[in-house]
Amino acid sequence: MYLGIVKGTVVADRKASGLEGTKLLLVQPVDEHGAPVGDVQAAVDRVQAGVGDLVYLVGSREAALACDPWFVPVDAAIVGIVDGVDVPGARP
Amino acid sequence: MKCCRVVGPMWATVKHPAFAGRTLFVVQPLDERGTDAGASFVAIDHVQAGVGDKVLVLTEGNGVRQILKMGDQVPIRSIIVGIVDHVETGA
Repeated sequence: MYLGIVKGTVVADRKASGLEGTKLLLVQPVDEHGAPVGDVQAAVDRVQAGVGDLVYLVGSREAALACDPWFVPVDAAIVGIVDGVDVPGARP
Repeated sequence: MKCCRVVGPMWATVKHPAFAGRTLFVVQPLDERGTDAGASFVAIDHVQAGVGDKVLVLTEGNGVRQILKMGDQVPIRSIIVGIVDHVETGA
């Protein structure tokens, strides 16, 4: 699991079956200080996150397990909106 | 599994139900000398770890499901499974 900041919304009209009705967000993975780590990615949102939110995501097969139905072709899912990280110098 | 240092706790009110009541930590992977190696990530706690502890983190979902015994649809990938007392290296 890893932290990320929601950067935007992805709208896709034509999707693989199972992904109908899913909300896709554009997420920049970050470290505990809010500094970017790696490339921006699209992730399924399971917690009604919004642009600017600090969230945590789960990747790989567990991303599909966060979805309902769970047998869907996704590899990143937002599973929590972070209220705070208790780290010196962390994003509030 | 990875040797990591517990950086600090984090908390979230809105989250997937599988995370209810679980402690979340930001952990930093370490190399054999104990220095930071690679990007930090999020793990749930299973051994009452504390900030600054050197810990063993399992980063594989199937192992997590075996430990938590919450069925086979748990979307959790990393869990702290041990507190490291000592690491001995050859050199």
